[in-house]
This record gives sequence, structure tokens and C-alpha cells, in this order.
Amino acid sequence: MSENTLFIFENPCEKAATDQLSIGLDDLILTQDMPTSAGSKMLAGYKSLFAARVDERLREAGHHVAGKVNVGEFGFDFLGETSHFGSVVDADGNLTTAACQLLADGAVDAVVGLDVNGAQARAAALSGQVHLKPTYGCVSRFGTVAVACSGETVGIAARSASDVQQVLDVLAGHDDSDGTSLPETECARITSNGFAEAASAGETFAAPITHVKVARGLMDAFDADTAQLMEAAIGALGEQGIAVSDTAPQTDELLAVGNLAWNILMCAELCNNVNRFEGMKYGYHTQKYQTIGELYTKSRTEAFGILTKTAILYGSEVLAEGNYDRCYDKALRTRHLMSEAFANEFADGTSSGQTAILLPACSKRSYSLADVEANPYLAFEENRFTAPAAITGLPAVSAGGVQLVGPAFSDAALLHLAGAVSCADCAGKEA
Amino acid sequence: MTAYETVIGLEVHAELATKSKIFCSCTNGSDAEPNTHVCPACCGMPGMLPVANRQVINLGMTAGMMLNCHINRTTTFDKKSYYYPDLPASYQTTQWFAPIAVNGYVTIETEDGPKDIRIKQIHMEEDAGKLVHDNWSYTTLVDFNRTSVPLIEIVSQPDLRSADEVVAYLERLRSLLRFAKVSGARMEKGTMRADVNLSVRPVGSNELGVRTEMKNMASIAAIRRAIEYETARHIDAIENGTEELVQETRGWNDDAGKSFAMRNKETAGDYRYFPDPNIMPIVIDDEWYDRIHATLPEFPEVKREHYVTNVGLSDYDADMLTQSRAFCDCFEGAMAAGAAPKEAANWIITNCAGILNKRGMTSDELPVPGAALGQLIGLVGDGKVSNANGKRLLETLFDLDAQGEIIPDDIAAFAEAEGLVNSSDTGALEAVVAAVIAADPETAQAYRDGREKALNPLFGACMKQLKGKCDTQVLRNLLIAELNK
Repeated sequence: MSENTLFIFENPCEKAATDQLSIGLDDLILTQDMPTSAGSKMLAGYKSLFAARVDERLREAGHHVAGKVNVGEFGFDFLGETSHFGSVVDADGNLTTAACQLLADGAVDAVVGLDVNGAQARAAALSGQVHLKPTYGCVSRFGTVAVACSGETVGIAARSASDVQQVLDVLAGHDDSDGTSLPETECARITSNGFAEAASAGETFAAPITHVKVARGLMDAFDADTAQLMEAAIGALGEQGIAVSDTAPQTDELLAVGNLAWNILMCAELCNNVNRFEGMKYGYHTQKYQTIGELYTKSRTEAFGILTKTAILYGSEVLAEGNYDRCYDKALRTRHLMSEAFANEFADGTSSGQTAILLPACSKRSYSLADVEANPYLAFEENRFTAPAAITGLPAVSAGGVQLVGPAFSDAALLHLAGAVSCADCAGKEA
Repeated sequence: MTAYETVIGLEVHAELATKSKIFCSCTNGSDAEPNTHVCPACCGMPGMLPVANRQVINLGMTAGMMLNCHINRTTTFDKKSYYYPDLPASYQTTQWFAPIAVNGYVTIETEDGPKDIRIKQIHMEEDAGKLVHDNWSYTTLVDFNRTSVPLIEIVSQPDLRSADEVVAYLERLRSLLRFAKVSGARMEKGTMRADVNLSVRPVGSNELGVRTEMKNMASIAAIRRAIEYETARHIDAIENGTEELVQETRGWNDDAGKSFAMRNKETAGDYRYFPDPNIMPIVIDDEWYDRIHATLPEFPEVKREHYVTNVGLSDYDADMLTQSRAFCDCFEGAMAAGAAPKEAANWIITNCAGILNKRGMTSDELPVPGAALGQLIGLVGDGKVSNANGKRLLETLFDLDAQGEIIPDDIAAFAEAEGLVNSSDTGALEAVVAAVIAADPETAQAYRDGREKALNPLFGACMKQLKGKCDTQVLRNLLIAELNK
């Protein structure tokens, strides 16, 4: 792969000090000194008038922003394959994301991006990296290209859980410019310091994870290699003294439809959010048109990819008169039920610690370009594993090829546990 | 011959009198140079998130309470999607599922006595930008100053039966919104606009006829004409089959005195409403509710009654004052600062209104606090400031406000500093009087010879020398005493 499918734009300024982390920002994060394209022809070369809060926080903390990292169009695809700037495959010819390839190459220490639909969580699981989707509201979304606001969060990918935590410490914090941002005291819970203080004070969210529940309901949704990986992870967790049991059947039922609900919410919000890209004020502008309607239609037809168009149509349909109650409202109620089911699972833990839920991140151990060409809608199917965290706003860590979803503010505890399952991945590979 | 009745419901938009826009910190001022009150948020640029302006919620609640509505204690904002060049994000943030206020009423006066017009709901929303069409060059420019300016939309039930009732309803709304400082509610400035939904049916029928909607009516007189025209058109269509009535949106050409069919707009279902996930539901607790409730003003007619019965004003004075909340506030403030009610009313109705009128300001824009006016009236009454200088002083207070400066608390000290206070030094007055008499012995002699009118030029000459800074009664007495010596 040529270099430019990894970085859309590289910061011409070199890293100045060795103790700085070199951090890539995915191309849904707005920067003032570099263009932001959101992986789309529609926004190719778009220069924002302002920078995202996460970009500001990283620079203020003295870290080096290495450049803008390629993402799939509006970040909601399977593994970045819909990017206007090209897809990325690793040395073995398997599909991966630009973020995880840069990490594998050692080109950056971390990539901060917008986790819309689990692409980075999947890529991290496939490439042996660690990805965190933090508790919703703890990291400001100000200055991210809005796609599916009710579930998307700024996510962090790195080679180790401790690197992820180091970046999280910089990013977590209240922001008045984001109406969904939680109070500072709650944001601070997911930082190393906040977590350590809470742990010594005996706060529940800072207790170690002592119980993991396995979502057996999703077991027949993935292949034998993945099943083996899950068993290895369960074994490794057991060796750490962590109790392992199964989720309740009601939870499994909800998990089985969670991504249907998320697809409805995500596409409706995406459709609405990308309505603003009409080819008039900025971004791609068609060359020939007679009327303003034709200008809108042609610009959008020529600039959006097939997956975005599908999401726009789907999103329009689920909000159309007569469909709102049948589709959108049902999805909202599913979100509510899912949050309740997860709360019940977490409440049912051991008295001394917290409970997390173990899921795979995707159904196979590798994907090729041919796989996404054969099924362009893999992102709407494989997100059955990542949708639970998106739809509930709960934190999720992807490590060692599997995923752990924990209670709100258990981010640091999940990252601690990621070490245990990462070793399981090594063992699994050797086996 | 069948008798018909007109059934009318109104949707009234009022621009809220907030300092900033509804979801960003841009100034709320659509009168300014085009595109000067804009930012990436109200221009719909990617990356900005809405943060709800609390003052908008406060004013929405106030409007709901003034119109006897139930306030929804959990209220949400929703997205309404459509494309139009004046809507930069291609969606409008409005309230669809849980508006701020529902189920109220407004009482109007009709020929048959008071009548309650039911309010279906009041919702808060952002305005769109303004398109400026240049028919000469066939271009259209967009001014985004007005995008995201906060509005309330007041939706009535179809309870209105005539143009007179509609006018009474609009005047009542305007008065209530201004009194509660919710909105300037000026139709001529576009800060209050009405959509008129109208149908016609035989008297006694319970079914509604075919409804037409006339959008963005911007004057009460035009609304009256449009209602009369539409009523006649509907009856003509029903009686004589002149045309087939269809449910549609119509425009009103006030010059031609005719309504005309407009392009059929998208129906409500096509707006694809859904809750805005970036604005958390707003929960109004008792403390917040009570705080807003405590700020509600008396209704104008209650104040008017009070002014006549308890304060002793004439009907005319009470009518004039209660046209404007600012006048009432100023009047009550002046009385609290010791001014006699009749004096205070006169100063406001005559002098303040005169200056406002001269400056092209409305009565709601009266910048002088009641305490300041009360002190000013006191200074004039005590003879410390002449009547003419009192008016000058008032004008100076208007100037201060126009320059963005603060009107001082101590008006006596300010008048002193401005050099508008009468000289209390009778020695100085005597010297001027002596000098004037010495300079014009003929006139002085004429007075002494019994021509009383000869006093006037001498008095004027003294005033000129004193630049008006004296107690006129003291001067007059001194002058007469000196002449009679």
C-alpha cells in the first residue's frame, strides 16, 4: 500500500521531543492546520475554521499530532473500505484500517478517531492492537464530523492498554461546547488519577472487574476460529481468578437485535447530519446544473459512495411518516431495554468487584477486499458485536481479538483487564 | 340563502428578545449588516454542536404561563429535515414531540363580550436565514444573521370566527408578549408573523370545510383584508362552483388585494422529525418553574385598573401608560422615587414619548429607569433644575443610553456635573439682574411706568445670561424687586 492511503495529510512539523507521543487523528476530527475530508469525496480537502477539542487537548498536553489518518466515508463502514482515498490491506493481504496499519508499522503511538460503528474496534481485534470506546459523554465530540451523535464517541487505538490510558488521560474532560458532555467530576473518573482516587475511596465504578459474563446468544454468529479465540480468552480470564458465567437469555435476545436498532438510529442520524452537504456552501460542487435542485442532486450523487447512499435512503425511510413508530421509535425503545438489560447483568456481579460482558469483535479472524466487495453491507451485519456499546453508551475495550463491555466509567478497569485477554490472543495464535 | 361562518386558526411566530441566538453565542440582531452575526454553528458547518440557550427556555416558559398553558416539565428539541438555501444545516431544530407549553387560552374582547381562544401549543425553534432576491440580476443572496434566532410558535385552536376576532387576538398576543418582555412582537419588523389557516362552513355545521393556509402575514391590516378576501372566495366557490377548493398554502398579494396558490409544500410526514440527540431533554424542576412564575407581570388591564382606582390617574393616562411594559416600569419606579403620579405620567406620556418618537424608537425601548426619572422630576419640582433644563437632562439620559453608557444612579450629581442645576447663589443672580437693567434703562423705565409686559424682555435677557440655570420664580421676584427699588 502506498503511504497516502494511510495518512491523508501528514503534519509537516516533525515531532520535537522524544517524550512526546506521536498521535494520528482520524479524518473525522477537525483540525485547523490540516484538511478534514471525513473519508469522503464530498469533503475532500475541506479546511475547517476551527479545531476539534480533542486536537486542542492533545497539543496543549504537548503531544505531536502526526497527521490525518484515512477512514471510511463518514467512518461507519466495516474496515475503512469505503474511503474516497482508498482501502488499506496489511502485509498478509488482509483488510485493515489505516489507523491500525500505522500502529502496526510503528508510525504513530496512538490514533484518536470518531468511533461511529466499530470499525476501529474490529481492526484492533484483527491486528492485535487495543481500542477503547470510552463512556459516552466523557470525551468531547466538539469538532468531530457528526454522523450518528447519539452513540458515537471519540475512540482511542494504540499498541497497548497503557498507551490508550495515557491518551485517555489527556482527552477526558468536560466541555461546555458539547451539550452531551458530562460534568468534570464524572469525566475525571475514567482518567488514571481519578480512577486511582476513586479506587482508594472504594467507589463502585473503580472496583476491579472480578466477573465476566459471556454472551452465549451470539456464539453461533461467528466462525470456529473466533470461537476458539473466545474460549482462550475465557480460559485466560479464569486463570486470573475472574468468575465467568453466561448472560441471561433476555440479554441474548436483545443482543441479537441490537444492531438492527442501531442501524435504524445510526442511518437516521447520518441521513440528517449529511443533509448539510448539498454541494453549495463548501465541499464538492457539481460542474453542470440548471436548477438548485439539480445542483443538490448531482453534487450528492457524484460525491457520496454507495454505502453512504444506502444509509441515507434507509435513514429517510425509517423516519418517514407512518414508519417513525414502526421503526425509529421501536429502535429507541430497544436502546432503553438494552441499557436496562446491561444494568441487570452488571448488578448481578460478585459483591467485591464489577462485572463486564465478553463479546467477539467480529465473526471471523480475517477479511479480504473480496469479502467487502461480495457483501458491501458487512458493516450493517458485523456491527452486531459493536452495536451494544454504541447503543448504550457503555465503555468497550477491544483487545486480544475480543471485546469487553463494562458499566459506565469502568473504562480504566476494562483497560486493566485488557492485559489478561491480550495474552490469551498470543496463546490462541500459538495454538 | 345559506349563512356561512369562517373558521380560523392562527400560527404566530414571535422572535424572542434574547441577547444571543438559540444554540450559539452569536448576537441576536437580524437588523445588522448581512452575515455579521454568524459563526460555524449557525452556518451549519461540520463539527459544531448545539448548546441550548437557557434564556430561550425561560422566555418560552414565560410565554406559556402568560397564555395560561400547562408547562411540560420535560421538554425536548427535535430535528426537522428539509432543503432550502436559507437553512444551512438542512434541518431546523424545533419542538415536535414535547413542546414547552400546551393547552392554554387567551381571552379576547368581542362584540358579544369576552371569548377564550384556546392555545394548542407553544413551541421553541430556530429561525432560518433570509433570502434577498435581486430581480434585476436574477441572483439571490443569503443573509445568515437570522439563522438560529430563537422563536416561539404559538398555535391556536380553530376558535376564531372573523377578521375582527383575529385582530383582537393578535393585538392581545402582542400586548402580552411585550408586557412579559418575551418578544418585541413588531409585525412591521418581522419579529412577529402569522400564518392564517382558514375554512368556511354553513352556520350550524360541525364539520370543517376545505382549509387553506396563508403564510407569513406581516401586518394586521393585511391579515384583515386577506381574511375577508379568502372568506368571500371560499363562499363563492361553495355557492357558485367558481373553482374547486383544495387544501393548499396560499400567498397574499396585499397590493392586488388577492391571494394566490403557491407551490404545494411538503406535507408534515416528509419533514422526518426525530429527537435531536445532541440536546439532552430539558427538565424543569419546581425551583426553576417558581422562579420564572415569580417574574410574570400583571396583565395590562389589571395594571390599568390599579392606576385608575388606586393611584388616581385619568383613564387617558392609564391607557397611555399600559400600552407598554417599559412605560409602566418607569412610571412605578418614578413614583417609588417620590414623584407624584400625575407628574410622573405626564413626563412619560409627553416628554419621554416625544423623545422616543423623535428618535424612531418604540415605547418598549424607553431607556430611562423609573428611579432616574423620579429624581429628575424631584429636581424640577424643588426648583433646582428649570423645566427646560429638566427636558434637556432627560434628553441627555437618552443620549447616554444610545452611546452604550450606563445611566447614573445619582441624577442630582449628574445634573450638577452637566451644569444644568440652577445657581443657588442669589448674589450672582442679583448681579445679572442689575447688569440687565443697567444695559436697558428704557425698558426698565417702561415697566416702572406701569407696562407690565416690559418685564418679559428683561427676564429673557437675564435667562440668556444665566444660560437657563436658575429657578425662574426666584429670578422673577428678584427682577421685580430690583425694578421697584
